[in-house]
Amino acid sequence: MEIKADTTVCIGAGMCALTAPELFDQSEDEGTVLVLRREVPAEQEDAVRRAVNLCPSGAISAT
Amino acid sequence: MSDLTLPMVRRRPLDPPDELGELRRQAPVHRLTFADGHLGWLVTGYAAARAVLADPRFSNRPEGMHPPLPGRMELAKREGFRVPPGMFLRTDPPEHTRYRRLLTGQFTVRRMKTLEPRIAEITEEHLDAMEAAGPPADLVEAFALPIPSLVICELLGVPYEDRTRFQEDARVLFNLETKAEDALAAVGSTMAYLHDLIQRKREKPDDDLLSGLIEGGELTDEELTGVGFLLLIAGHETTANMLGLGTYALLTNPAQLAALRDDPSIAETAVEELLRYLTIIHLGPLRCAVEDVEIEGVLVRAGETVAISLPAANRDPERFPGGDTLDVTRPATGHLTFGHGIHQCLGQQLARAEMRIAYPALLRRFPGLRLAVTPEEVPMRSDMSIYGVHRLPVTW
Repeated sequence: MEIKADTTVCIGAGMCALTAPELFDQSEDEGTVLVLRREVPAEQEDAVRRAVNLCPSGAISAT
Repeated sequence: MSDLTLPMVRRRPLDPPDELGELRRQAPVHRLTFADGHLGWLVTGYAAARAVLADPRFSNRPEGMHPPLPGRMELAKREGFRVPPGMFLRTDPPEHTRYRRLLTGQFTVRRMKTLEPRIAEITEEHLDAMEAAGPPADLVEAFALPIPSLVICELLGVPYEDRTRFQEDARVLFNLETKAEDALAAVGSTMAYLHDLIQRKREKPDDDLLSGLIEGGELTDEELTGVGFLLLIAGHETTANMLGLGTYALLTNPAQLAALRDDPSIAETAVEELLRYLTIIHLGPLRCAVEDVEIEGVLVRAGETVAISLPAANRDPERFPGGDTLDVTRPATGHLTFGHGIHQCLGQQLARAEMRIAYPALLRRFPGLRLAVTPEEVPMRSDMSIYGVHRLPVTW
């Protein structure tokens, strides 16, 4: 599983950073999504799916 | 064509009007007659609510929006009325994006973590004061309102000593009975206060959010006033009502209270469940279709207003089985209490931090906390646009 993020769509709600903090953070200045690790470890796949589902702006996806 | 008006009467204080659940069982989207006669829609299903909130073909601008209830919503219809600059909640992209981008960095998960020690300190101070004064106490006045109020004031850089003014204005503004003139006057009063404050901060900046925005130089004083107004008012009424109503919900569901008191490690989950179950944003939000949109097989025409019932959506059994029951161990994330889409609550991570700290601290300090009146005697905020308790007499 690999994460894609679109910071132009992101509204900085922080749901990804809250749900999967090992893989997502937010930038200091605009609060938009930072992907810490593009490749998702197997044990994190569920958390990433939850984060994608919770994202209010559709800024992140995982395939 | 439709004689459905927005159901408003609760049979039980913690449950939304029964009619909403009944409507949701029939279909997720219904025709709704608005207060001005407009024929629009009411959304009660979770999936449909999420779809509308996430869809850019729905506008959040007040122009063209019809009010589901008579009252201050008529404001937007007045000639010459415009949303004051900076009140970005009621704007669409790209205007909305510009304002939000200036603020999101201040409300990140990480930034809110750094506030936690101060939130805990404020919480303990208020518990100390309650303990020193002795029982009984009004939990709203002693705990639920002052904690978030003090936190948002410190974050923004608004002197807490001035709170009476904007707390009173907020009460007027959120009261459903308030006449348009009085709502305008309340907005004007707090706006004038903030405008003045911004002038003073411009001369003498401090280490706070408003000073930071001033120094950023991207916003005019009018815009800064609008942004400050939105954050100050939103930061007050929301978490304050969650703390008050949440405590009432726990006190009237003793097994749930015991579960959280005996295992504070479930606080994060419990907070999400209280947010879902209580859904204090009990009226609206509203959206206006800017083009024809199909939602769950229903064609919403351009120009039609959609009222979304978050309490109904948050109890949709397809998403939250057994959702009419409070269960502080249930995984309740995904609830729509903070909204969804680009307008999802900017301060949600602050609200979470405050609640995660305040509920367990309260139950730790007063393990025997109980109502000082019968549950029926607690005055509910059915007359306010944000639900909660007006007062919560407790003893211990």
